[in-house]
Formats: sequence, C-alpha cells, structure tokens
Amino acid sequence: MTENKEPVTRRHFLKDTLWGTCLAGLGGLTGFIIHKHRKTGTLWQIDPYTCIACGNCATYCVLDKSAVKCMHAFSLCGYCRICFGFFGPEPLDITEGAENQVCPTGAIKRRFVEEPYYEYTIDESLCNGCGKCVKGCNTFGNGSLFLQVRHDRCLNCNECSIAAACPSGAWKRIPAEQPYLLKTQHEAGAHA
Amino acid sequence: MRCCPYIVVGVTLLLAAELAAENAETAEEKTTLKISASSAHSAVKKEDQRFPPPEFETGYVQPSPTTPAPPQDIYQYMDVLVLLAALGVGAYLVLKKRSRPAIFALAIFSLLYFGFWRRGCVCSVGAIQNIVLSIFDRSYAVPIVVLAFFLLPLIFTLFFGRVFCAGVCPLGAIQDVVLVRPVRVPNWLENALRLFAYVYLGAAILFAATGSAFIICRYDPFVSFFRLSGNWNILTLGGSVLLVSIFVGRPYCRFVCPYGVILRQLSRISRWNVTITPRVPRSGVPDECVRCRLCEDSCPFGAIREPTADWMARDYVTGKKRLALLMVLLPVLALSVGWAGSKLKNVTARMHATVRLAERVYLEDAGKAEGTTNASLAFRATGRYPEQLYAEASAIRAKFTLGGWFFGGFVGLIVGLKLIGLSRRVGRTDYQADRASCLACGRCFEYCPKEHARRKGN
Repeated sequence: MTENKEPVTRRHFLKDTLWGTCLAGLGGLTGFIIHKHRKTGTLWQIDPYTCIACGNCATYCVLDKSAVKCMHAFSLCGYCRICFGFFGPEPLDITEGAENQVCPTGAIKRRFVEEPYYEYTIDESLCNGCGKCVKGCNTFGNGSLFLQVRHDRCLNCNECSIAAACPSGAWKRIPAEQPYLLKTQHEAGAHA
Repeated sequence: MRCCPYIVVGVTLLLAAELAAENAETAEEKTTLKISASSAHSAVKKEDQRFPPPEFETGYVQPSPTTPAPPQDIYQYMDVLVLLAALGVGAYLVLKKRSRPAIFALAIFSLLYFGFWRRGCVCSVGAIQNIVLSIFDRSYAVPIVVLAFFLLPLIFTLFFGRVFCAGVCPLGAIQDVVLVRPVRVPNWLENALRLFAYVYLGAAILFAATGSAFIICRYDPFVSFFRLSGNWNILTLGGSVLLVSIFVGRPYCRFVCPYGVILRQLSRISRWNVTITPRVPRSGVPDECVRCRLCEDSCPFGAIREPTADWMARDYVTGKKRLALLMVLLPVLALSVGWAGSKLKNVTARMHATVRLAERVYLEDAGKAEGTTNASLAFRATGRYPEQLYAEASAIRAKFTLGGWFFGGFVGLIVGLKLIGLSRRVGRTDYQADRASCLACGRCFEYCPKEHARRKGN
C-alpha cells in the first residue's frame, strides 16, 4: 500500500504530529510499565492464616463447582478420634453416619489407622469448598484443614468473584511460580 | 451473616482441651461443645497446636497433599501469537482483500479461540485496568502477556484502524453473529448513548487506580457465556444485551466498551483506514464516490457519513457564535463536573473493601448497627485497632476525592468536546466511513459499484 501523494497541508502535518505523539506515548507507557513487569502471570490463592472459612468460596465462584477445595496438611493433623473437621459440634454418635458429619457433601473420608488414631482425607470431587470443616478444625483442632484454590480448576479470572466477596482479605494474587500457600508445620511455627 | 453453629452453642474452649485428653482414651459419645465467639475466627498457630502429631507404630506413612499445577505459561504466549496473527490477517482482509465473508470467518475464529476456548480471560478490554493499577500501585506488576493484549490492538489501530473490533475481539464477534435485523439508531441517540462508554472508561480507571475493583470484568456481559457458567444476574444481563444485539448492531461496542473509546480516537488518525470505495491500485487514494446511495443503509452501526449540504450564510453566523460559546464553556463544564465528581467520594469510595469495612466497624462500635458481619468479625480477630482502619479508610477516601476531580473533569471535558464536535461544520462531498465509528466489519464493501468493478477487474 502506498502513502498518500497529496501535498502536505497544515492539517496533514498536525495529524502526522499527533500520530507520532500517540505512537511515542504508547511507547512511553510501555517503557514505564515494562520496567516492573513480570514474565510469568499471577494466580489467585487464599492465605490460609487469614482465611476465616466464611463459606463464600463455595457460592461466589463463577464455576458451578467452586475451584476452591479443602486441603489437608497431614503433618499438622492430630489424627483425633473425635475430629471437629469431621463431626458436627454436637454429634449424635461417634460414627461415620451422615447425620454426625459436618461436611454437607460427605467429602471427608475417615479411616482407622491405629489405636487411637484416625486418618481424614478429602475427596476433592465431592468437596464444595464451603469451609465448614476448616472452621471446626481451626476452632477446636490443630487447624490442619484449610482452603486452597485448585489451579487445575481455577479459570484465573482477571476480577475473581470470590476475591471480591472475601470478607477477610485472604484472597490475593500470587506469582505463578509458587501457586500454593500451604499450611505446614514449619510455617505454622513461623506464624506463631 | 452466615450463622455458625459454634457461636450459637458458644461457651469456652476448655471443653475442647478436655476432649483432647479423652481423645486418647475412649471418649464419651455425646458432647456439647462450647467456645467463645472470637476464637472461632483465629487461625491456628504453633502454640495452639492442641493435639501433638502422633507417632505411629504401625508404619503408617503420611500422605502428602497434592498441588495440581496451573496451566502452562506457554498457552498464554500462544495467545499473544494468535492475537498478533489475527490482527495481521484482519488488517489484510479489511484493507487489501476487502472481503466481508473472510472478515466474518476471522471473527468466528476469534470468538471460538479467545472466547470459548480461552474462556475470554484476559482480554484487551479488561487489560486497561491491569495497566492502570500497575501505574498507581507500585507493588503490582503487569504480566507481560496482559501488557501485550493491551498494547497490540492499540498499535494496530494506529496503523490500520479498528481491525481489532472487526475480527479479533470475541465480545464484538458474539454480538456480530446475532445481528440479523439491524435498525437505525437516530444520530442524537447514538451520540448521547456513546457518552456512557466514556463515563464507563473513567469509572473503570478510577476504581482500578484506587485498587477497589475491576468493574469492566465484573460487569462483562459475555464472559459468562464463554465460560458456560455464571450467576443469574450476569447471565440475564448478557442475555439482554444479546437480545438487543439482534436489532441494534453491537450495542456493547458502540455504547459501553471502554476500550472501544480509546480505539475510536486512535482510529481517527490511523495511517490507513476503511474506505467504502476501493483504493486505486497505484496511488492508494480511494476511488471516486459516484454518490449512488447504494451504501447509505448498509452500515448497521451508523458509521457511514452522507455528503453534507452547504450551510446558509445565516446559519454560519449562529453556528460560529454557538461554537465560540461552547469553547468558552468547556473549562467551566470540566471544572464543575470535576467538582461534582470529587463530592461523590463517599459513595464511590465504598467500592473499596477497606472503606466498607471501616464504615461497618464504626457503626458497630457506635452502637448504630446491630450484630456483626463476616468482615467485621475477621477484622476484630486480627486484633488491630479500629483507629488504624479508620486512618486507612480516610487515606483511600482522599484518593477518591482527587480521583473524583479527574473523573468528573474527564466526563465534563468529553461532554463539552462532544457538543463542540456536533456544532462543527464538516464538509463532505462523498459517502464516507466515519473513521472513529467504523468497526471495519466490511459490510459496506459489496454495496459499492466501484468495488464490483474492482472485483471484476481482478
């Protein structure tokens, strides 16, 4: 495509100047921003030490099944026989009966390990991220259950609906290189 | 507030500690648990580790939690490459090939790729907010991919006009495919409605700069279609916009899209632009318009400007006076709307979570609000003083005061400039595509007899 061959008028000159200014402006903006850009993207994650397990994660996610799931830090777990992440506050019976469980979807599996210890694992396909167990475990237990964004499910929306609804400010953007904020024994100590 | 059963039961933690002792033995079946409300919300710390991790004797191995990896970065870089390619192909199709079916095919591809396959995130429209946030928030760094999505369409527009709108933007494409019965929007209404897009841009910048919210993404009507899930409010909004799009050509692009506002202005001064008559091969000058009026109604977006009649001498005099008056009024308008914008701070600042929280905590402490919210409970569990929170909130309100001046000033300036633009006499002898409004969809091409001649000639 060839350039316009008309003689240069004042209007053309002003327009060309403006055009050049715009291009330079875009360049300047790029320069200003690029000096602190990041190569990799960011991801959403929940800071488990700030999270209050309010239950918004289960309902506010744009996905039908929330990308937030409960995770279990086994190293922190007391393997209690009466686990308040598993049982409701007033269990009718210390059995795996659904009426005794705090989890609305029965996503926590309880398995006998050895006297008197029981192992609790999360069935992620059932977990809806409501955090009821997290609240129970934080309140009465070691706090080994905690909510995390599962990145195989998360769409990483630019404006995360759950983050906008989070009452405690636990949701934050974190670098993609380190996609999880796990609770561990060491970190629990560091936060003490 | 969502009622937590523990608080309802609420007494002390002591029982829980007792239970710990019992846990090793055989505990009683039925237990009533009692705790204080505040401890229900505190995170567990080392000294609170109530039950020491057991030492197993049966050789039980602790499982370790799985951490599924996020999608690879390579996909994001591929997005940038596809964007670049699509923009390039779009420019070729609009300016050189001049084929509506080809442009439409490109739009469908973009709809499928950027929309349904990549689920519409991140998009160039929303990227405005990331860029603005990174300018105002030192700690926020823009991922390079987001920067590319923001910048590439702007650069292409400076050279080739709005080819991004024509065939690359999935939001435009989804509206374009449903447009079957276009009606003509009267000029005055078109101009008035378009002001909303400027206000929306201003508001998006205000809320992004203060770190409050990304409203473009929050109220994106189509992204829930791309994800094939979403809440009812946003699905209803999206459905309504699509319903309107059947009759009104691309209403989001014309009256709402904040990125389109930027592209409009850049397109005014683009190197090359869409012409209804094809360009003459050698000179590159658009072929002469024969004023056959065939293209007159071809544009569903009201972007074709008709030749103008000459003004009467009397109209000239009144027109000049009006123009002079408007130019004098421009700063007055900008300042007064800016002042009004700054006065809105108490309303606008509520978009920021910290301000909302501070107001709530204040009301609770002053006894003006009953009960608590999740947010106020979470705040009190941190042990911070309310005064700290109030100070933060006032700092944010101060930002909104300043931001309100700019936001209002911007809106006032736009309204003033719009009035000036409408009062200006533009002489046209041909049917022309308006550089700013033309979405480069290519519908008008085949209406032009010169275009038919060109195609025969080839």
